[in-house]
Amino acid sequence: MERQEIFQKLDEVFQDVFDDPNIHVTDETTAADIEDWDSLEHINLIVAVEKAFGVKFGMGEVTHMENVGEMADLIAKKQGQGR
Amino acid sequence: MKELEYPFDGEYLLKKKKSIKRALLQDGSVRLRKKIAVLGGSTTDDIVKLLELFLLNYGIEAEFYESGYNRYYEDSVFGNEELTAFAPDLVYIHTTSRNVPESVFPQPEDSREEAERKVEEEYAHFRQAWEGIARQFHCTVIQNNFEKLPYRLLGNMDVWDFRGREWFLGQLNQKCYQYAAEHDDFLIQDIDWLASEYGLSRWDDPLYWHMYKYSPAVPAIPELAFNLANMIKAVYGKNKKALVLDLDNTLWGGVVGDDGPEGIAIGQETGMAQVYSEFQTYIKAHKRMGVLLNIDSKNQEENALAGLKRPDSVLVPEDFIVIKANWLPKDQNLREIASELNIGQDALVFVDDNPAERHMVANQVPLAAVPEMTEGQEPQPERYIQILDRSGFFEPVGLSKDDLKRNAMYQENALRKKQEAAFADYSEYLLSLDMEAEIGSYPPEYMARIAQLTNKSNQFNLTTKRFTQAELEQCAEDPDYLDLCGRLKDRFGDNGVVSVILGRQDKQILHIELWLMSCRVLRRDMEKAMLDELVRRAKERKISLIRGYYYPTAKNQMVRDFYGTMGFHLEKENEDGSTVWELETENYRPCCSVIRTERLR
Repeated sequence: MERQEIFQKLDEVFQDVFDDPNIHVTDETTAADIEDWDSLEHINLIVAVEKAFGVKFGMGEVTHMENVGEMADLIAKKQGQGR
Repeated sequence: MKELEYPFDGEYLLKKKKSIKRALLQDGSVRLRKKIAVLGGSTTDDIVKLLELFLLNYGIEAEFYESGYNRYYEDSVFGNEELTAFAPDLVYIHTTSRNVPESVFPQPEDSREEAERKVEEEYAHFRQAWEGIARQFHCTVIQNNFEKLPYRLLGNMDVWDFRGREWFLGQLNQKCYQYAAEHDDFLIQDIDWLASEYGLSRWDDPLYWHMYKYSPAVPAIPELAFNLANMIKAVYGKNKKALVLDLDNTLWGGVVGDDGPEGIAIGQETGMAQVYSEFQTYIKAHKRMGVLLNIDSKNQEENALAGLKRPDSVLVPEDFIVIKANWLPKDQNLREIASELNIGQDALVFVDDNPAERHMVANQVPLAAVPEMTEGQEPQPERYIQILDRSGFFEPVGLSKDDLKRNAMYQENALRKKQEAAFADYSEYLLSLDMEAEIGSYPPEYMARIAQLTNKSNQFNLTTKRFTQAELEQCAEDPDYLDLCGRLKDRFGDNGVVSVILGRQDKQILHIELWLMSCRVLRRDMEKAMLDELVRRAKERKISLIRGYYYPTAKNQMVRDFYGTMGFHLEKENEDGSTVWELETENYRPCCSVIRTERLR
């Protein structure tokens, strides 16, 4: 999956989870940029991303994810491994 | 909402919960309002959010209190101002095996006495919590049991040796069950079963516990919440009451009209026949629990009956109350079944293998439940039990004697209807029924039934106020309340407790807070017998005026003028359609002449 496609799909997931059709994420997006993105919503976000891309994040990966860019990198890597 | 019915997509619900909630709140339906306190040993945020969705879908709009993280014990035993002000109608304690401290589990060097003492101590901790809630709030408590751990230190010994953790959790669970058996307003949610069914290692994913203090793992929460919502809707009388079943490819394999009764798959001859027999056995067991069985099938009636009369058919024609085997649209049959049984369309579950029939019924009778019995056109009898069972339509929160006798009572009703036709004069017919009533204060042995009736009756219910059993027990003990219930027997059988009244005395005035009657004894003059006794007791208490209230709901139109027909005069009519009525006790003349009444305490 191309990086651009990943971001398109991430947009949809973020829009659903935060219930805001105007959200668009970039490499630099972090929890500070989205009002409802607290630690509790973070879990729901992870569950939704895992489901949308058919991947599973490890505990270390969840802990170290700094921004959406890193999330996209991880997804790309995991999808690559899956092939 | 289809998305919230079993089998649901839990991850979709977690993701879309905000927009789903909005859609539910905007659908214009009238819902019961309840206050639910969730006291957790772990993070409960998503549990509450998902529970809220499932309850909204069941017609219950809940307001929630959530304890601080792992504050279930403190809130239960010591309370706090916020919780006291909240005054919950129901408390859910969500703890898991994660909440059992490491030091409490038995150790390899422990003696049996030591291990048993540990079980006792841990149980005492929880019992204190439950007793604390009972003392503070007098409300229904749901506590989940302890699920198995995803590891076993002692391997296969873990389950039976007293040093095993699984043994420990099993013993602890047994003590919880004993408490549940001894306390009416205390229910156990069996997450031990849920976790096994879901998969233990996915249920207890260490990632969710250690990072977010969630137990179970977030993806399992919809399962937990759905199951809990099923219990809560049952507590508030929103269980289904009747199954309406298709025949061909639902209760047996094949089409009886084409294949003939000898050609359908039922019995023990083939694997397919056995699957259908197992499903019929599962359905028949529901009858014994008080679920009313009915048939809605596109068939010639004689063909339908021929299928059920096969000697190896588990279900027989006499198991059903109403059999509609004809060529009319199924939704029309369904509506007629509801009216013949005298129950709401929302109390029906329509079971059919044909997706087109399901679709039509779901559209034409939106209040009825229509589970997705198949994924496509192909019948999948091997999944039927699972789908019905997991849907939780009939989730019992107790089995009263009435539940066990319900089918017999409906059969008796059918007989009475036949009798009725034979009499020219209605009061002559009533006399011929040889009715005997027992009327008196709520007897302790009927409390469960009285609470059940209070929460289930919608049609003949003047105020539709709901009370938990604990609240009713409190009122019964309070000298300011006049409590009255009536049981009715006749030549065809015992109807059990059928009417409940609760009045609050304010000096010389009695305010009727509750007056309801089971619809199965409509037009039997039981309401007159109840009023006779109510007035007699009111006079004993020097009450001069009885004030009745009618609050309209979507379902209680039939009693709009009830007080008027009973001789009350209209005192006030409000804009919302509610009315206030008054009756002076001084000149009241007893009006029931067809029922012999025995007065209880």
